[in-house]
Amino acid sequence: MDASEPKVPLVEMRGIRKSFPGVTACDGVDLRLGRGEVLALLGENGAGKSTLMNVLAGLYRPDEGEIRIGGKPVEIRSPRDSAAHGVGMVHQNFMLVDTMTVAENVVLGMAGLPLVPDMAEVKRSVLELAEKYGLRVDPDAYVWQLSVGEQQRVEILKQLYRKAEILVLDEPTAVLTPQESEELNVVVQRMKAEGKSAVFITHKMEEVMTFSDRVMVLRKGKVVVEKVTSETSPRDLAKLMVGREVLFRVEKKSFEPGAVILELKDVRALDDRGLPALRDLSLKVRAGEILGIAGVAGNGQRELSEVITGLRPVSSGGISINCVETTNKTPLEIIRSGVSHIPQDRIAVGAVGDMSVASNLAMKGYRDAPISRGVLLLPRRILDLARRMIESFRIATPSPETRVKFLSGGNIQKTILAREIESCRSLLVAVYPSRGLDIGATEAVRKELVAQRDAGMAVLLVSEDIEELLSVADTVLVLYEGRAMGTFPSAEADPEELGLLMAGVERKETVS
Amino acid sequence: MSILFEKRKNISRTAQVLVPAASFVVSLILTGILLLAFGADPFATYRAMFRGAFGSGRAFTETLVKAIPLMLTGLGVALAFRLRFWNIGAEGQLTLAGVAATGVAIFWGRWMPSFLLLPTVILVGCLAGAAWAGIPALLRTRLKVDETLVTLMLNYVAILFSEYLYYGPWRDPKGYGFPGTEPFPEAAWMPRIAGRAHLGLVFALFLALALWFVLNRTRWGFELKILGASPQAARYQGISVERNIVLAILVSGALCGLAGVGEVTGISRRLQQGLSLGYGYTAIIVAWMGQLNPLAVPFVAVLMAALLVGGDQVQMMMGLPASMGILMQGMILFPLLAGSLFTEYRIKRTARHPAAGAAAEGAE
Ligand SMILES: Nc1ncnc2c1ncn2[C@@H]1O[C@H](COP(=O)(O)OP(=O)(O)OP(=O)(O)O)[C@@H](O)[C@H]1O
Ligand SMILES: [Mg+2]
Repeated sequence: MDASEPKVPLVEMRGIRKSFPGVTACDGVDLRLGRGEVLALLGENGAGKSTLMNVLAGLYRPDEGEIRIGGKPVEIRSPRDSAAHGVGMVHQNFMLVDTMTVAENVVLGMAGLPLVPDMAEVKRSVLELAEKYGLRVDPDAYVWQLSVGEQQRVEILKQLYRKAEILVLDEPTAVLTPQESEELNVVVQRMKAEGKSAVFITHKMEEVMTFSDRVMVLRKGKVVVEKVTSETSPRDLAKLMVGREVLFRVEKKSFEPGAVILELKDVRALDDRGLPALRDLSLKVRAGEILGIAGVAGNGQRELSEVITGLRPVSSGGISINCVETTNKTPLEIIRSGVSHIPQDRIAVGAVGDMSVASNLAMKGYRDAPISRGVLLLPRRILDLARRMIESFRIATPSPETRVKFLSGGNIQKTILAREIESCRSLLVAVYPSRGLDIGATEAVRKELVAQRDAGMAVLLVSEDIEELLSVADTVLVLYEGRAMGTFPSAEADPEELGLLMAGVERKETVS
Repeated sequence: MSILFEKRKNISRTAQVLVPAASFVVSLILTGILLLAFGADPFATYRAMFRGAFGSGRAFTETLVKAIPLMLTGLGVALAFRLRFWNIGAEGQLTLAGVAATGVAIFWGRWMPSFLLLPTVILVGCLAGAAWAGIPALLRTRLKVDETLVTLMLNYVAILFSEYLYYGPWRDPKGYGFPGTEPFPEAAWMPRIAGRAHLGLVFALFLALALWFVLNRTRWGFELKILGASPQAARYQGISVERNIVLAILVSGALCGLAGVGEVTGISRRLQQGLSLGYGYTAIIVAWMGQLNPLAVPFVAVLMAALLVGGDQVQMMMGLPASMGILMQGMILFPLLAGSLFTEYRIKRTARHPAAGAAAEGAE
């Protein structure tokens, strides 16, 4: 495939400028996308990637700039306009209706739909498309029954059904398992072979290399570089993005574990559908230790974090924190015992979009001095504290009073991290803490986790990134279908063996 | 669609004032058109209404008389709505509190030391309002029963119960068969401050401030804010969703109850026909138009009261139906709800970006 500059680009965005109160999200961006080309869009959190693509998808109107599709200037006023020009976007957060089936979601909101769509026909085309692109999905399943990966397939099918020629994927892999990411790549490559084009936003350098033909790096709303992917390397890109060399390894002090902080004994719990999610799980985390939970998403990680923090009932077995029994205690009692939790679902659970950054940062500390005195809240102190945390965690926000929902995905995540790390007193439960973060911020989070450990906290780190686990954790436990497949010191762990265990292949006795 | 979506952020603060103000203007225009259809001069009518509501000392105090229960129920409803608890039972809470207050005033009045009587009447009335609101709150938090229907049905129960009492067992034997209880002893009268406007006004204004303070300056208020915005997030922060909803709704019911106490002890000084005049329903308009902000509620309540009083005046002076005022209130609600929906709608759309996780991720 010829990845050099195409003659008449399929999509051309010129001088796109878009400001929000207090920030210029896009500051004169030029973007070109050829037919049959995959363009990767890279950039730090808040660099303006989602904003730029939302402009193309008709969600935002640019303050300045011009969009051409197929060489002709077009006016994109709404998502329908953009769909009419063949643009289809899969958003950072999905937009499916839970209580409807896959097929119904696919046609939902389509322009020119008959009053009573022929669902049999829709199903047939959905299956056909699914077959053609390798997007396995059952058109009759309800969306609430689907995993995140499956939901994403539905989103993509929805766009393909609408005959999208230009697919925009905003951090599609942030929520996918490595296998699912690979499958997504297959889909994208098939689309490309048909002459469709894609813009692909990611924070993972390896994906840029495997998915894209060309890569464009944004920083503070401006294009800093545009390159043919094959002429660059992950290391170069990382440097271009952050503006300095990025260390992927984290310095840590030697491993000197203290007393046991968290202990689970034969814990069983059910998931939301009432099926067993944890099966006789036992584990221990000591002070000054990072226990990494390895496993493919959906093997009980979320339930594990929830039983520890009191958000999900334990059906049998016991949990103790600091040698105090906390099985089925209330979330408040567990928070009071010094536990912090970075939840899997940041947007619905971890943060309150309609409240300010300052309020969100205060949501753990508001019960105590210095933020409150007795029953009174001290707004000035809340602001002071927020300013400090915004600075030390580098949260990009126009002001502490800005509502969280106006921050970029990564900065929402940083807000939660800042609050939970700041309030941690003995145990930090971190579920995919670096999801959606740019590499600079990922590095910072890993450092922060290690700093917590070095300060004598116990850290339970759930991650699906083996590299992250091996570089940060002291001990790794592999979780498969809610069961512990084995626990190893991370220094001795072999990535290949971990991979097998994560896939549920029993450990051979001879190995150890 | 996307244009509105864009402007949203810039006007969001001003929208708080702009949407209600614009709704009021729209309602003036719509009613004006209706008036023209009736063959009346809208400008003259509005002038007459204004004079009727504010034109004299007496007019103004009568407006205040109606504003008091609207303020109190408006505050109660606003508090509930902030938690997305759709309490449309203010009318019932008001009525039942009136009944309870009456019981205390009449029966305990006979033996209770007089300085204790009014405080006890107020207290018991508020508790009755709280209890009446507590039923749907418990049903919702314990059994997930939808509160809208329950609060609405309980209105009828309370109103019919009060009618049963003043037509039946509590009817004043010396009342020449007139449906109503005997008058309250003087010790149970709410002191009046100007005309018929009574001390309830001071309570209402004080409570508006207090509620604002609690919501914005206390830990509990902070918890309620989180809870109103996202119950899931509240639970994760260790905030008990059920307990706080019940507590807040008890307070909401007590506020509505105080309105009823004010009516029976400050205005009629007995329980009789006319306790339930629909203040509890108008309260919904007051709360929305005040954007659920306690500090705005008193102003909106006065405005709504002025429409009621002005409407009566128009009837007397211009021969137009008195329901003109009520009609205008209704007319305000439409653009207001449309306005709020608009802002909501756009929030949903922004949501597409970070915010709407709430909807989207719920799927997980
Ligand atoms: N609707 C909005 N209102 C106000 N500010 C916004 C809005 N959307 C984005 N912003 C701001 O614009 C900037 C760019 O945000 P954008 O979401 O485009 O970043 P991003 O590159 O996608 O980051 P991430 O990798 O974290 O998702 C951020 O500073 C953000 O706070
Ligand atoms: Mg983004």
